Amino acid sequence: MMRTFKSNVLNRLVALGAMLVPSFVHLAHAVEDLPGGPAVRQLNLHPAVTQIAESQAWLHWFMLIICAAIFVAVFSVMFYAIWKHRKSVGHKPATFHESLTVEVIWTAVPFIIVIAMAFPATKVVIAMKDTTNADLTIKVTGMQWRWGYDYLRGEGEGIGFVSALDLSQRALSDAGGPKAGQDVQDYLLKVDHPLVVPVNKKVRIITTSNDVIHSWAMPSLGIHQDAIPGFVRDTWFKAEKVGDFYGDCAKICGKEHAYMPIHVKVLSASDYSQWAATEKALMTAQPAQVAQSAEITASTK
Amino acid sequence: MSVVLDHPSTGHTAQHDDHSSSGWRRWVYATNHKDIGTMYMLFSLSMLMVGGVLALLIRAELFQPGLQFVNPELFNQLTTMHGLIMVFGAIMPGFVGFANWMIPMQIGAADMAFARMNNFSFWLLIPAGLLLVGSFFMPGGAPSGGWTLYAPLTLQMGPSMDTSIFALHILGASSIMGAINIIVTILNMRSPDMPLMKMPMFCWTWLITAFLLIAVMPVLAGAITMTLTDRHFGTNFFNAAGGGDPVLFQHIFWFFGHPEVYIMILPAFGIISHVVPAFARKRLFGYTSMVYATSSIAILSFVVWGHHMFSTGFPVAGQLFFMYATMLIAVPTAVKIFNWIATMWRGSMTFETPMLFAVGFIFVFTMGGFTGLILAMAPIDIQVQDTYYVVAHFHYVLVAGSLFAMFAGYYYWSPRWTDVMYSETRGKIHFWWSLISFNVTFFPMHFLGLAGMPRRYADYPMQFADFNAIASVGAFFFGFAQLYFILFIVLPTMRGVGKPAPQRPWEGAEGLEWELPTPLPFHTFETPPRLDATATKIIHEPAVAGAAVAAH
Repeated sequence: MMRTFKSNVLNRLVALGAMLVPSFVHLAHAVEDLPGGPAVRQLNLHPAVTQIAESQAWLHWFMLIICAAIFVAVFSVMFYAIWKHRKSVGHKPATFHESLTVEVIWTAVPFIIVIAMAFPATKVVIAMKDTTNADLTIKVTGMQWRWGYDYLRGEGEGIGFVSALDLSQRALSDAGGPKAGQDVQDYLLKVDHPLVVPVNKKVRIITTSNDVIHSWAMPSLGIHQDAIPGFVRDTWFKAEKVGDFYGDCAKICGKEHAYMPIHVKVLSASDYSQWAATEKALMTAQPAQVAQSAEITASTK
Repeated sequence: MSVVLDHPSTGHTAQHDDHSSSGWRRWVYATNHKDIGTMYMLFSLSMLMVGGVLALLIRAELFQPGLQFVNPELFNQLTTMHGLIMVFGAIMPGFVGFANWMIPMQIGAADMAFARMNNFSFWLLIPAGLLLVGSFFMPGGAPSGGWTLYAPLTLQMGPSMDTSIFALHILGASSIMGAINIIVTILNMRSPDMPLMKMPMFCWTWLITAFLLIAVMPVLAGAITMTLTDRHFGTNFFNAAGGGDPVLFQHIFWFFGHPEVYIMILPAFGIISHVVPAFARKRLFGYTSMVYATSSIAILSFVVWGHHMFSTGFPVAGQLFFMYATMLIAVPTAVKIFNWIATMWRGSMTFETPMLFAVGFIFVFTMGGFTGLILAMAPIDIQVQDTYYVVAHFHYVLVAGSLFAMFAGYYYWSPRWTDVMYSETRGKIHFWWSLISFNVTFFPMHFLGLAGMPRRYADYPMQFADFNAIASVGAFFFGFAQLYFILFIVLPTMRGVGKPAPQRPWEGAEGLEWELPTPLPFHTFETPPRLDATATKIIHEPAVAGAAVAAH
């Protein structure tokens, strides 16, 4: 039977679409939202866990709404012109080509809008930088390709450990990823040893690195701070909700850059005290580390 | 070299090109701005394809979670080289190609000021391009630290890092020489009846861009040389253990990097400032204001580099300063958008392909501009820095911005370059196919970025899968659109297939380039033309202006 070229091509396109659609459907149903982590087809920022993250989300909506309003206004004018001021509907061209008044107005108005936008942002920047009077200070060390956490001051002082991506998930990545229908909700976010902090306490995070620049990014906490070798930087957060929260390394650091996630576990005050005590006991129980950690913890008592 | 200089007198037919050398010598020894412009454009198109293939490999890998095609090390190489090749191989040479073709004709000059240096500027690109593309085949593969080449990760790269540094030096030298050529040509070789404030906008934007190039390419050279000496000659510029500072690299790089992105967009603004008035049949609104706005953007671009570094840990004053300065750049950019729309307003518009791309540019570039303003807010940037939100932003301004403007310029001026009309139907297909697939590819990336998906990740949590899949499908469609463009629009016109182009294919187009006869002679304006009061029309035809027939 003779088929036209067009219908052949169409047939092929339909076949391609038929192949793609089930794969979308599969992906769509295979995984659920991760509480404290990304949601499936998430459209906006993470739900905020700290006041700072709340302010950042507010600022984002503020900017988005203003920019969208300006966009709609300006492009309504343009699309109106496209519709009405066309040769094909018989519109003849005007001859004006300059106007000082108009130029002054549309320079001054955006200028004022931009200044108005800067006010709320300034407050948040200043708040984000205020790391004083922290209840707990934790040093985060970026390494190729894991995070080291050391509790420097506050409850849990002396605790230190390394947190790396779960090895089976790394292997799963190499194997081509989760299979269709397989739901690995915390894929590439599961670590062997999460960072544990108490709720409603100001935690100061000091970042540094052992090798190249990494970046400790926790969107739900509203933090993103580069970990720079040979230097220390700091930032802070005060989590207001108990739960598990996830983040990633956000500065390319070599081949395993995608494989050094961050998992912060926020516990209630009593749960945290329990954890700290257990953790210290675990550390002193490990012979290989006894000498060092005993000296550190002993000297601070 | 003397082969080019002596032109035997020939009574030639309309189709015969007036040049004495043919074959490879015509191109290797080229000193004619038209030939050199053509070579730049072909180089740019080739690099667009190479960079595009790298992008499709990236998107193929990211189509689904898990590693299917490449290992993470190769993935990082792909993202790095995609960036370097597109920025330095596709966009920058593309605009230089436009500059070479159009600037002499638009100002009534016979050629560029330094014709042989022009040749050298072009031919330097070939070894540099080969070094960049060839780096994949070196031991250890291509550089894999991102196109931004941050230290100290670059200190860990293999030998391809050194060859890429060399390639970047060569590209920088080419750009600097090209910029010098453009400035001297524009300042010295305009027709005497064309003062600066009557010069075409495309020439203005290139004049300003050329100054930016001269100012910042040496800074890049400094940064990459310091990387080279840190790698091999015992210095410690970026090595804290030796007393250096890794963040210093970022300061130096971005001092180059931010003006660089304006280098990549100002010529685009110039092209749009020609296309919109032509198809609205109305003069560009606010010429003076446009000149001032472009100059303000260029000057401000020097003081905003820190917005790429909001997460490095500036003190409060630093965060605030860079935030304010970056937000300020939105103002002159907005002024330009308003001026273009005012040009359209109460015009008499038709929507041939150049106008489609120009209007598409204004619409989609503005979206990229708004996401840039949102990114300028340091608290928001902290959330989305190094995520796909940034990737979405810069692809909106570089692809839907610079690349679409280059398409607009191609469709607008190619009747002049090739003496034939491109197929209008195919041009429209190219436009709609590109516009739709572009948005399908990059719009979902805003969501991915807000949701926290970082850039330069070979694999990602499953919740990001759907938008990644959509982006990948869109990317392939976008890539095929450009293949369609090259095979079915550019190649036929280069071969002379198509209706012969009239001298004025566009009713509303103004400028000296449209005063020239068709077919376009190889040498034009060998004597500076005399112009009318608007400096857009020749009023007295000197013996050899335009047509070379009389003199030769």
